[in-house]
Amino acid sequence: MQMIAIEFNLNGILVKAEVNPGVRLIDFLRDEYGLTGTKEGCGIGECGACTIILDGKAVNSCLILACQIDGKEILTIEGLANSGELHRLQENFLKKGAVQCGFCTPGMIISAYSLLLLNPNPAEQEIREAIAGNLCRCTGYKQIISAIEESIVVNIEND
Amino acid sequence: MREFNFTNPSTLDEASKILKTSDSSSALLAGGTDLLSLIKHEIIDPENLVNIKNLNGFDKIVYRKGEGLKLGALVRISDIAEHQIIKDKFTVLSDAASVIASPQLRNMGTIGGNLCQRPRCWYYREEFDCIRKGGDICYAYLGKNKYHCIVGGGPCYIVHPSDTAVALTALDAKVTIYSNGDYKSIPIQEFFILPEVNYLKENVLEPGEIVTEIFIPEPKADVKSKYIKFMERNAWDFAVVSVASVMNLSNGKISSGKLAWGGVAPVPWQEEQLNQKMSGLSIDDNSVEEFSKSLFENSEPLEHNEYKLILAKNLTKRIIKEIAAD
Repeated sequence: MQMIAIEFNLNGILVKAEVNPGVRLIDFLRDEYGLTGTKEGCGIGECGACTIILDGKAVNSCLILACQIDGKEILTIEGLANSGELHRLQENFLKKGAVQCGFCTPGMIISAYSLLLLNPNPAEQEIREAIAGNLCRCTGYKQIISAIEESIVVNIEND
Repeated sequence: MREFNFTNPSTLDEASKILKTSDSSSALLAGGTDLLSLIKHEIIDPENLVNIKNLNGFDKIVYRKGEGLKLGALVRISDIAEHQIIKDKFTVLSDAASVIASPQLRNMGTIGGNLCQRPRCWYYREEFDCIRKGGDICYAYLGKNKYHCIVGGGPCYIVHPSDTAVALTALDAKVTIYSNGDYKSIPIQEFFILPEVNYLKENVLEPGEIVTEIFIPEPKADVKSKYIKFMERNAWDFAVVSVASVMNLSNGKISSGKLAWGGVAPVPWQEEQLNQKMSGLSIDDNSVEEFSKSLFENSEPLEHNEYKLILAKNLTKRIIKEIAAD
């Protein structure tokens, strides 16, 4: 199997790698870089536990091949904290008790982050739509929505 | 996932030639959201993926007043859902795009891929050697067929899963296909094919042919349009039944209109005599009720899906009234 050379930005750092074409992005991130915050739930794009940001948009990393990210920018949950300081979404998930078993949490936070990038002041309905691709089997959606609402600030550029 | 080669052709022609010469051992990759699921579930087993996502010039939305709207095949579903001109002038299409799957999948999936996605029939997707996978019978016909077609079926009873295809059918869109070094443009109604024509595929594409663009002609002045999708849950689901309508109204009557349905047939479903019947239809309860009764006269519901006929009639009444009230 011929390997594919790729170069991409991973959580702010330029990375070069050679990948087997059959490797999914989720496995590549977890196995090669130890970024295990990105979870695999269903593996078919239904649960959203594997959500990452690709060029500014939330996507399912279980349905992307590693070789497809050449030249792109990837942000995972590990890239959200800044110099050891949690992102306000992460702080508010803790504060509002929006974490139960925790498996959906990274995907939820990344989907919320992607929403706030595009829409710094979303209404509750828009928050619900933004996390429509993320399942929480503990069903703690109310606290999750409230944590995202708590994270709304008008000026997101300073983040 | 299984092993395969990955090629990044630099031109459309190169991609087309690889796909043509290697036939079924190669698969075209764009957004990949359906393709990678099909590979993972071992429904297809390509040796080679031909990535067209990086080809230039196929990801543009271009609107020319008086002419119409062109969507490159690689335009993302989320870009269609959020595009202001599409929201204003082709509302039925942005409506349909905005209720597809989840935000993550809309950010990755392309319009070309949405039209070419494979059916969701559970016998097709799971380990059944069904007729669409080269087997002998359609398991849905006498099996669990709650989500299957009520019209146009046989010998396979899938429904076409695309939401945008239904909206584009109501909009009389055309599909441009790259074929043997040339481009051809066909009405979307001719792009999709019934199982009685070929039960192994859902559209006319031959190996090496690639959808490059969707064209929607400029709508009439003052046109109104809408898409209603009935799902079993309110997020991330395929349509049980959906309806798209484009219409012009004057003095409490429909002066002209089109309807198309999803979830009822193996292709986006349209009936020309119903479109003709819409002209002159009064928007009052009795007339709309009477009109809805004439839907799908040739329908043959299966054991578990007769409810779809009632649902389609009710959604049709609703869409006409809602468009009139907008």
